[in-house]
Amino acid sequence: MIDIKIKNTALDANDCITFVEDKAAGGIAVFIGTVRNATKGKNVQRLEFESYEPMAIKELRKIAEEIQQRWSALKISIHHRIGNLNIKEVAVVIAVSTPHRKAAFEACEYAIDTLKKTVPIWKKEVFDDGAVWVSATP
Amino acid sequence: MNIKIVAFGIARDIFGDSEINFNIEKGTTIAELKEQITMSYPGFKKLVSFSIAVNQSYVPEEYAIESNDEIVIIPPVSGG
Repeated sequence: MIDIKIKNTALDANDCITFVEDKAAGGIAVFIGTVRNATKGKNVQRLEFESYEPMAIKELRKIAEEIQQRWSALKISIHHRIGNLNIKEVAVVIAVSTPHRKAAFEACEYAIDTLKKTVPIWKKEVFDDGAVWVSATP
Repeated sequence: MNIKIVAFGIARDIFGDSEINFNIEKGTTIAELKEQITMSYPGFKKLVSFSIAVNQSYVPEEYAIESNDEIVIIPPVSGG
């Protein structure tokens, strides 16, 4: 089972964990991505996220389906937040349940790595003296 | 034919708008459209790369655009 959400309100990791609980699970791995206060020594004030939502949901679902196949995952939940986020706030939560723990860790890492490459979500880092779209320019 | 192009992130900043109208010849491919956009909006030259999604999916560069396609510029993504 797969649960994908893009929200413009605060994320709760427990929502994802509850979704992936399963009688056949030997473990649940959870990744929580949070807003860091600095990039290359520069103070970050906040991040501004936006998404091309219908495609982002499709691409997130593709990642989840691939995880089901490759790691025999039981349940997968991926929630991503958009809008303005302050330092320490949660931008993404990924939870995966699998029969054995090693697969859960691997699947969770694969999910966040692939999300960062394929899912049409963008973030702008707002510094004290300006703002930059992350990864857009060399 | 006239198509609508939607843009997010830095692509929206380069267009100065979240969508533009663009005139292309029938049969124009994604690769050709990318060249034409970059000619009209040189700001795209400073990007690491960009893709064009059609109907909410990534498509090969040789895909020929049809008049009703939903065309969206996908600058380098940075979720998570």
